[in-house]
Amino acid sequence: MMYEVRDLQLSLPDMVRKPLLGPAPKIDILKGISFDLPKKSVLGIVGGSGSGKSTLGRTMVRLLEPSAGHIKFDGQDVSHMGEEKLRPLRRRFQMIFQDPMSSLNPRQRIGRIIAAPLELHGWDNVAQRAIEALVMVGLPESFAKRYPHELSGGQRQRVGIARAIALQPEFILADEIVSGLDVSSQAQVLILLEDLVRELDLTLAFVSHDLSVVRRLCDQVIVMREGLIVENAPTATLFTSPQDDYTKELLAAIPLPDPDQPFN
Amino acid sequence: MLCSIQSYAMRDTRSEIRPKLGIRLWLCGGWLFCLVLGALFAPWISPQDPLAQDLFAARLPPFWVAGSEPGFWLGTDSLGRDVLSRMLHGARLALIVAFIAGTLTCLIGSTLGIFAGYYQGWADRVISRFIDIWMAFPPVLFAILLIAVIGTGMTSIIIAIIIIDWTRFTRVVRAETMSQSVMDYIASAQVAGRGKFSTMVSEILPNLLPTIVVLLSLEMGIAVIVEAILSFVNLSISTDSPTWGGMIAEGRISIHQAWWVLVFPLIALFLTVLSFSQFGEGLKDRFDPVLR
Ligand SMILES: Nc1ncnc2c1ncn2[C@@H]1O[C@H](COP(=O)(O)OP(=O)(O)OP(=O)(O)O)[C@@H](O)[C@H]1O
Ligand SMILES: [Mg+2]
Repeated sequence: MMYEVRDLQLSLPDMVRKPLLGPAPKIDILKGISFDLPKKSVLGIVGGSGSGKSTLGRTMVRLLEPSAGHIKFDGQDVSHMGEEKLRPLRRRFQMIFQDPMSSLNPRQRIGRIIAAPLELHGWDNVAQRAIEALVMVGLPESFAKRYPHELSGGQRQRVGIARAIALQPEFILADEIVSGLDVSSQAQVLILLEDLVRELDLTLAFVSHDLSVVRRLCDQVIVMREGLIVENAPTATLFTSPQDDYTKELLAAIPLPDPDQPFN
Repeated sequence: MLCSIQSYAMRDTRSEIRPKLGIRLWLCGGWLFCLVLGALFAPWISPQDPLAQDLFAARLPPFWVAGSEPGFWLGTDSLGRDVLSRMLHGARLALIVAFIAGTLTCLIGSTLGIFAGYYQGWADRVISRFIDIWMAFPPVLFAILLIAVIGTGMTSIIIAIIIIDWTRFTRVVRAETMSQSVMDYIASAQVAGRGKFSTMVSEILPNLLPTIVVLLSLEMGIAVIVEAILSFVNLSISTDSPTWGGMIAEGRISIHQAWWVLVFPLIALFLTVLSFSQFGEGLKDRFDPVLR
C-alpha cells in the first residue's frame, strides 16, 4: 500500500471565536477518515467546497499534522514524524498546487524553481535534470530562464508538474490543479498528467470538483462531506450505482454534454 | 528520465525585451555618485581649507557675482571660510551618517520584521507590543533627550536615527513577510523538504528585497535630514567640523548680507534627500524581475 489512513482527525484553532484571553476553541475539520490507497492507482477525492479535501491532502503530504489517527506511507507511520526524520521521505511524496501563480516563487527563474528541491536532496546535474523535467511536461528548454509571471496559466501549471516529477516521487497529490485554467488548457494539462502517471508509474491523489474529470482519470473515488468520507468505491461502481444520497446529488449536478442524453 | 510526450510541446515565442534605462535612476544615481566622489576626495579637491578663517575675505559672493574672488567659487561665509570646501567636507559627514545609520537601521528593523512575520507566535507578539509602546513616544524628542544624555558626536547621531526609525522597517517588513508566508510557494518549499530558516532566507527574503531597498534608500535620505536638523540645533558633531545643517544655521543669521551661505547647502541637502528617496524606487523599477 502506498497510503494507509486510519481514523484520521484534524482540528485547527478557530481564530474567529478566540476569546480575548486564553486559547482559541478548536474546530474539527477532519472527523475520522480511513481509506487505503494501493500503489500505482489513481484516487479521486471529491466533495463540496469546505468538505476538507485540501486539508486531507495536505495532511497526507504532512504539511499539516493530524490531531489523532494514523497515516502510513509505504508502511511507515508518518503521522507525527518530525521534519528532520521526514526529510528523506519528502522526496517520495510530492504535491502540485491549485494556484500556480502562488506556488511558484515570483522572483526565481523557472530553472531554479525546479532545480532547488533536487539540490536539497543532494542530487547532481540539477540544471540538466530541471531541463529534462521541463521537456517532459512539454515546455521548451528556454523557459528555464524565465520568471513565472512571464508564462501563461497553463504553462505555469506545467512548471508546477515539472517541479513535482523532477524528484521522481512515488506519490503525487494534485489539489484542484486545473480549476484556475481555461477549458482548453484544462484538457491539455489533464492529458499530460494522465500520460505522466502511466509513464512514471505514479500513485496519484486527485482532488477535484469536476466529477467528469475524476471519472476519466481515477480508479477509485472517495466522496467527502463535512470532514467525513460518505462513500469510497471504485470509479465504475460509484458512477453506475452510487450508494450515498450526497454522491447522487453530486452526480446529478454534472453538466451533460447533451441534455437529452441520460448520464452514462 | 526520458519522455515520449512531445506532441504538445510548446515553442518559446517571446523575443528578448530590453529593459529601458530609467532617467530617474540616472539623475539620482549621478548626483549621489558625484556626492560620494566629492566626499571621498574632499581633502584633495577642496579649493580651500574648510576651517581657515580670513576676515578680510569675509562674505565674498559666488563666482558669477561682481566682487567675487577666484578660488572661492561659491563665496565665503561671515568668517571668511570657503563655502564650497565646507560643503564638500560636510558631505563626508552627511554620507557617513547616511550609510552607517541607514544600513544599521535597515538591518535591525528588517531582521526583527522578518522574524516576527515569519515565525509569528511569541516572537511576533513580543516585537509587535514593543513597536506599539515605542510608537507611543515622540521619537524625535526621545532622540534629542538621548543626545543630551550620552553627549553629541557621530555615534550619538547614528544611535538616535536608529532609535527613531527602526520601527518603520520592522512594520513594513513584517507585514510583507506575513503576506508572503501564506503563499503556496512556501508550502511547496516545505513539501520539498526545505527547513524553516532556510525557507525564510532563500524563498521569502528575495521577495522582500525590492521593498527593503526602497526603504533603505529612503532611510538614508531621512538620515541626512536628521543629521542636518541635529546640526542645525547644534546637537551634532563638535562645532568645528563643517556640516550642512550647521552651515544652514550660520547662513540663516546673515541671509540678507550673504544668501549664498544658506542657499548652497540647502540645495545640496534638498538634492541629496530627493535623490536618496528616488534612487531606491529607480533601482526597484530597473532590477525587480517582477516589474521589469
Ligand atoms: N487555517 C484554517 N483555520 C481554520 N479553519 C480552516 C483553516 N483551513 C481550512 N479551514 C476550514 O476547514 C474546512 C475544510 O477546508 P478545505 O480547504 O480542506 O476544504 P476543501 O474541501 O478543499 O474546499 P474547496 O473545494 O473549496 O477547496 C473549511 O470549512 C475551512 O473553512
Ligand atoms: Mg481546496
